Parts: sequence; C-alpha cells; structure tokens
Amino acid sequence: MRRVYHRVEKIAGNVITLRADGVQYGELAEVASRAGTSLAQVIRLDGETVSLQVFAGTRGVATDAGVRFLGHLMQAPFSDALLGRVFTGSARPRDKGPALSDNMINIGGPSVNPAKRIIPRNMVRTGIPMIDVFNTLVESQKLPIFARAGEPYNALLARIALQAEVDVILLGGMGLKHDDYLTFRDTLDESGALSRSVMFVHTAADPVVECLLVPDISLAVAEQFALQGKRVLVLLTDMTNFADAMKEIAITMEQVPSNRGYPGDLYSQLAARYEKAVDFDTAGSITILAATTMPGDDVTHPVPDNTGYITEGQFYLRNGRIEPFGSLSRLKQQVNGDTRADHRTIMNTMIQLYAGYKETLEKRSMGFRMSEWDDKLIKYGDRFEKEMMDLSVNIPLERALDLGWEILADCFEPMETGIPSKLLDQFWPKSKVKE
Amino acid sequence: MTPSKGKITGVNGNMISVLFDGAVCQNEVAYAQLDDETRLMCEVVRVRDTIADLQVFEDTAGIKVGQTVEFAGELLSVELGPGLLTQVFDGLQNPLPRLAEQCGFFLQRGMYLNALPTDTKWAFTPKVKKGDTVAAGDTIGTVPEGIFEHRIMVPFDWTGEYTVESVAEAGDRTVEETVATLADAQGAKREVRMLQRWPVKIPIRAYAERLRPEEPLVTKVRIVDTFFPVARGGTYCIPGPFGAGKTVLQQITSRHADVDIVIVAACGERAGEVVETLREFPDLTDPRTGKSLMERTVIICNTSSMPVAAREASVYTAVTLAEYYRQMGLHVLLLADSTSRWAQALREMSGRLEEIPGEEAFPAYLESVIASFYERGGVVRLRDGATGSVTIGGTVSPAGGNFDEPVTQSTLKVVGAFHGLSRARSDARRYPAIDPLDSWSKYPSVVSEDCIRRARDILRAGAEVGQMMKVVGEEGTSMDDFVLFLKSEYLDDVYLQQDAYDPVDGASAADRQQHVFDVIFGVLNSALSFQDKAAARRFFHQLAQTTKDWNRADMKDESFATLQKKIESMIAEAQDHA
Repeated sequence: MRRVYHRVEKIAGNVITLRADGVQYGELAEVASRAGTSLAQVIRLDGETVSLQVFAGTRGVATDAGVRFLGHLMQAPFSDALLGRVFTGSARPRDKGPALSDNMINIGGPSVNPAKRIIPRNMVRTGIPMIDVFNTLVESQKLPIFARAGEPYNALLARIALQAEVDVILLGGMGLKHDDYLTFRDTLDESGALSRSVMFVHTAADPVVECLLVPDISLAVAEQFALQGKRVLVLLTDMTNFADAMKEIAITMEQVPSNRGYPGDLYSQLAARYEKAVDFDTAGSITILAATTMPGDDVTHPVPDNTGYITEGQFYLRNGRIEPFGSLSRLKQQVNGDTRADHRTIMNTMIQLYAGYKETLEKRSMGFRMSEWDDKLIKYGDRFEKEMMDLSVNIPLERALDLGWEILADCFEPMETGIPSKLLDQFWPKSKVKE
Repeated sequence: MTPSKGKITGVNGNMISVLFDGAVCQNEVAYAQLDDETRLMCEVVRVRDTIADLQVFEDTAGIKVGQTVEFAGELLSVELGPGLLTQVFDGLQNPLPRLAEQCGFFLQRGMYLNALPTDTKWAFTPKVKKGDTVAAGDTIGTVPEGIFEHRIMVPFDWTGEYTVESVAEAGDRTVEETVATLADAQGAKREVRMLQRWPVKIPIRAYAERLRPEEPLVTKVRIVDTFFPVARGGTYCIPGPFGAGKTVLQQITSRHADVDIVIVAACGERAGEVVETLREFPDLTDPRTGKSLMERTVIICNTSSMPVAAREASVYTAVTLAEYYRQMGLHVLLLADSTSRWAQALREMSGRLEEIPGEEAFPAYLESVIASFYERGGVVRLRDGATGSVTIGGTVSPAGGNFDEPVTQSTLKVVGAFHGLSRARSDARRYPAIDPLDSWSKYPSVVSEDCIRRARDILRAGAEVGQMMKVVGEEGTSMDDFVLFLKSEYLDDVYLQQDAYDPVDGASAADRQQHVFDVIFGVLNSALSFQDKAAARRFFHQLAQTTKDWNRADMKDESFATLQKKIESMIAEAQDHA
C-alpha cells in the first residue's frame, strides 16, 4: 500500500510542492482534491521537497489534497484497439469509447541509435506540385508548416494525411480550437481514414499541462506501430502552443529564461520530439508533419527559429499558398534524382526564374520601364502562380513536370532558361521551338 | 587518494546535487547508482561546501534522493589507440554500432562500452631498442591501421625522459598488452600499452613547436579555395540561418578535403545527417587513396535528441582524437556541426546552476570556452621533425539567422576564416550560399592575391550597381555600369556557384580552379561593347550557359578544350564590336 501525503506546502501556477521521501524523478502521482482527481508528475527533487506539475491544473487543489505516488513514469496504453479512437493528452478517452489500460508503454523513451537508422528513400506523393516537384516529402521526414495564425494549415495537414499512402495516422492536437478538432475528425471519418487513425487531442479549453504530454504520447504510440513494421504519419498541431506551455511551466519554476521568456532548453525539448521521426533498419517508419504558427509572422521568433534548425526543411504557408522561397525539403535530394531525369532541373530553373519575376514586380511597382526580358518574366510568373502554386491544383508529379516545360516553352527561348543543353534537347516541347 | 562516495540530495533536469565525503575534483567523472543497478555517468560542474553539483550524461528519470554516487577519480577521458578510424561513437566514445548489437533499436542509458575492441590483434613493429632515450609522444613502434601507419607513442602525460628497458618483438598484440617497459631517471619502471587514456578537456602538447598555418587546405569548393581559403592547421566557421546549407557544405568538405583524416562531430544536430555519412561513406572511394572514404573517417555523433550534457563532451572527444592523429604526423580535419548546440548545452547547465546570465542567457565564460576550443587547432612540428595539423571548421546556427548573437561573435574573434551563409543567396538557389561580400579569410588562396582583389572589387562594384538599378532602373544606368553588373553576375553564376550534385562540377581540384579562374578573369578584364542592354544581357546569358557546360566537362575530355575555345571566341567577337 502506497503512502498518501496530505500536506501540500506550496501551490504556484500548475506546480505543487510537498515533502515526501523515496520519490523518483519523473514519477507520476495522483492528486485527489475537491476539484477531482488528477495525475501529476515530479519535475524537481530537492532534499525531501518534491515539486509536481498537476496535469489538470491546480485550480481547486487544497493544501490537504491527497497525493499518492504511483511508482512509475508516465505511460500510455498501446494496442490495435487505439485505432479509430480519440483521447486527451493524458490518455483518457475523449470519445464515448471505453478507457484502455492494458499493455502500458512508457512515453518519452530513449532516442533511436543512429546506427539503426537508414537513409530515407521513399517519396511520399501528395499531388501538390509545390511539394512533389519543388520540395518533395520523404518518408521518415520531419517537416513543419510555418504559417501565420489564420492560414489554412490544418486543412493542408488533413489533405496531406488523406492523400499520402501510410498505414497509420496519428493526430496530436495541442491547444486546438474545438471546431478545428471536429473538422479533423469529420474529414478523416468521411474519407474512411478514421479507422486507421488515433487522435490525442488537447483543446484550448483543457488544462495546459496536458498540452505538454500530447507530442510525447502521440510519438510513443507511433513508435510502437512503426516497430510493428507500419508506416506512420504523425500530425502535430500546433507546436507553438506546446512551446508556450513549456514556457509557462519554466517561468513557474523560476528558471532563467533565455529568449523572449522561453526556457534555455527549448531547442533540446523540441528536438527530442522531432527526432522521433525515423526510418527503422528492419521495421516501419515515422513521418512527422507539424504546424508551427509564427507569432507576428516572424520566422525569427524562438519557436519557428529553433524548429527550423531541427527539422528537415519547412513549408511556408502564406496567403493560402506554399511559398517557394524559404520552403525547403532537405531530403528531396534523396528521392528526386530517381523520379525523372528533368525533375531537379525543372525544380531549380522554375524557382530561379520565379525569383527573377519577383524582382521585376518590384521594379514595376517603382514605375520603371519594363524590358523585353521583364515582360517575359511577368508572363511566366503569372502562369506559375496560377498553375503550379495554387493549393487547389491536384496532379501527379509527372504531369506537373510536363506542365513545367509547357510553361517555360510558352514564355522563354530555350537558352534563356539556363538549362543544360542536353536536357533541352530531350525535354523542350518540340512544337514550341520558335523559328 | 581513494575515490569518494556521496548521496544524492536533489534532482533538477539533468543536474543532480550530491552530498559527498572525502575529496572530489572539478570535472571529475562519477556514477550515480540507480535501484535497478543501472549506473549513470555524470561530471562534477560545481562544488559548494560539501555539496557537489553534477551534470548527468543521461536521462535522469527514476533517480531518487538518497541514492549512492561513486566518484571515479579521473577527469572525463577517451581511449586512444589503433582501431579508432572508421568507427562511429557517441559523445562519450561509446561505439554506436556495437551498442546497437547489444541493445537493439534504442539507446539504453547506463550502457558504456570500450571504445576500442580489446580482442583485435594488431601487427606491432618496434621502432626503438633497449637503451634508447624517449619522452612523451615519441614513437615506440607502429601498427598498420587501414592505410596509415599508426604510431604507438609514449603516453602524453609522462613527464621527463625515459630509458627503454625492453620492447616487444614484432608480432600481433591486442591494445591492452604491454609493448614496452620504460624506466625514468630514478629507475622506476612503467609499462607502455597501445591503448592510452587522455582527459578530453586538456590539449595534447607533446610536440616541439607550433607553426603558422600557411599551406592551403583544398576543399574543391571554388568559392572557398579561391576566395575564402582555409589553411591546414587553420580554423574557420560557417554561420548561417537554417536551410542555408551549412551541413551540406560540411558534408561536401568531408568528402573532398585534401587531408589524411576527417573527424565529423555531429553535435546536437539531426541524426539523419549522420546516417547519410554513415551509410554512404563506406561505398565512396577516396580519390587520394583509392580506398573507401570511411577508412579515413571517424564520426562522433551526439545528435539533438541524445542527452544534452554529452553534447558538450562530444566536441572535446572529437578534438582529442584529432590531436592524437596529429601526433602521428598526419593532417586532420575536424568538422563540428554545430557549435551553437554545444553553446546551448552550456547555457542549459548554467541556467540550472542559477549562474548570473550574460547576453541571451549564455554564461559569461562562453567566449573563453569557445576560444580555447578553436585554439586546439594548429600546425605543429613534432619532435622527430614531421609536421601534423588539426584544422577545425565549425558551423554556427545563430538564432534568427542574426550574426550579432553571442556565439557567432565569440567565434569570429578566434577563427582565421569566416564563411557567412546568407538567406538571400540560398533563397535564390545560389549554392554554396557563402556571401562573397561579407566573408573573409586570412589564409593564402590557390590563385594570386591580386587577381582575387580585382575579382572581389568587381563583385562589390557589381552589387552596388545592382542596388542602384533597383532605385534608378535599368534605363538610368550607364552602359559601362550595366556591363560591370553583368560581369559580376557572370562571375557569381559560373564560378562562385557550384552544382554539388554534378560529378565534375561538384569537386573542382586546385589546378582546375587556377585554369578556369584565369579564363574567367580574362572575361572580367576584357573591354566589351554592345549595341544595347538587351544585347548585353543576351550575350552574358549565352556566355554563362556555355561556361556552365564547360564546368560540367571533365578536364581530360575533348569537350573541355572545345568549350573553352568557344568561350574565348565569344569574347573575341564581343570585343570586335569596339
């Protein structure tokens, strides 16, 4: 029988402090109070003084609340029965299904031995030219979507989830608006993908500490599916809320803040989650797509900034389109050499010319005379935006490459594109060669 | 002195506080004993009265107050000896592939393995005989390690001179067998084994003198070798915002750099990047030796999700291995990616120690720590007259891509070359995205100084014209200025930019760089005249196209000469207009 402690000495923010002995660092406890029973986790030991963060928040926690230590770290249930279900950040059911408690696994486990990883080699086809052609998504990649609040990043996540060929979809929602959560659920349901999905959802109305658990619990479950040989896609939205929750706890614990109030280990904390993306040597894989909202549309804000250093590229979502500048898939080189001989060339040439178009626009807005070259760029840029960048375009990669050549041939002379002569001979649309 | 013991009194993140009896020393290694017999390695970072604060090199979950800590009596050390090459270690020198054999997919905490296999036999050849006088760092014998002759040396921390009492005969030995017995001036005997241990945070100083780095280290990246060269034994840094290509540039360098040994320290970065090196290097051929690239490579890998405290150790482990091979008269290149993550590890620990924070909460000693790390690079003349070098190249990941932050600034003070990557260039897909106007180097280039100065003047003037054109437009720019602008763009396009994925263009040897630069320099210096600006633009479009084809042609191929002729005749034609 485990001892129950009844004297809470300090309550500050979501953290309570009491005296206890024989407590493990990171151990779970149950805090029973008038407000109900909540789980809590040990976050500091100092002599006999134990600090715990209370998952459901400290509102209503009394100084004589009963605190019972459970003797184990945070765990989550794992089985195929998870599929099609929705849970909270602390693994309680959010739908009407039964609570699961068998086959518990530890969350936040150790990192994968780099020697057991393999080089990612499978392209994930999405049907979005801005991804497939220009910044190819690769299985086991970790990629954030940087967007201002209000951009349709959740819709984009859902669309990629539905079109990508994966075995299991895990959704980790952090600070999600309730209607966004319903939209996700309904979208997955309508397309029949719900039966291969598991959702861990923390909504904006839930206690903030549970938000901290969402990525860990989603990724721990994803890891188990991957070890069974499944290809898992994890969607995390929104990681900025996760970082803000960490900031809240750090400030409560009187840690020295490093940058705009965020704790000094923000990078390590984010990395520990993102690095769960993996292609196992002899098992499945985990691909992570995460929405990161940029407060004030500022990419140098600590959350997007640290994220950018961790992840294998990023997609910028701006005005409902994936921006070609700044957006990057670092792993694209692993796969886009084997798709089609012209893939890399089309990718580079079209972006370079689009950059020229942007410069020309600037010139035009300042009232300068447009040269012959400028006119060509403007014609090209308009078509590129309309036929390639628009998110409603849904075509396979090969069709998108052909379209690229058509646009180029309509706008330029072959040698103006800077494409190697060999490829021009092979791919430049013959009907378009001008006299 | 018997090692002390202590009891844990507090846990905060990866820091534990320990009440100890006896003596402990700063940076001493200790092991925390968990209930399940797991031993977690830690390091003393502060002592106050009878409480020592230790950083734990592992996840601290499950630690309880009252558990025992055993101090080891030595500083954090690595094993040095034959068998280091081709290996992949974590920051504490655990061999990761062997760890994977034992523990499977995941890194299990508390598992510490020998860095060097103890059962491998090495063919030892003695190089001294009984009666010889030797000192620390002198060669006792050699063993072949891959393509190198690995020297077995008198341990670097033995002071004074020794007389050889006996030395093992030629034959196969393991790293733990005694290969020689030496006697000091008082006649006390000490045994030399192939394996020696060295504390990572102390530089190895068993050499005759340090020299000035003067010989260029060819990386086969044109913008580096020609414009911002690195010298053997020099130091350089690559700061850049995320996605600007720091890591790709380092990977390219690790393949093509003209050195004997490359040590890659992946410090707090993505595991995926290490995996690329890990899986691809064994199949890539080193053009210098014809053997696999892995044979000259050691990887130290403490990726971002691995314990933070070991991240700090990893750069020291890497530089210690580099110094060890330097002692054999070899040229070693250490690539550290990224030093910012290491600085952040310092910051995390400083925060837990509740030290008074400096700028951006980095500790006040950040600058001196960075300086003393880069100072471990250098060229040395060994006591036998041979020279060896350690070149250090570190990437920096400044917050928000802003170079005014503390880590970049502290690094710039102590390095000899600065390759600043720019977001504008990487957005425009101008790779490698080294900014040609901001970057600098104090080392000699593969082409003459005067030409470089002239070429940089053109780049700078061209950039100014470009800026001006944004204000006054093309029509407000004089023809001369416009041609100058096109020339600078041409130089950028065909020389500074390089296609890393093209087999020929991706690696440009020093002689090719000199040859190509001469031709392009000729273009820059020729007086060209055109009917109008459209004609000029068209001409440079065509010229750039041809030059790029030329860059992709092998020097031995016929097409190389043909394309060069074509470029020269194009220039001659444009000059005829005058």
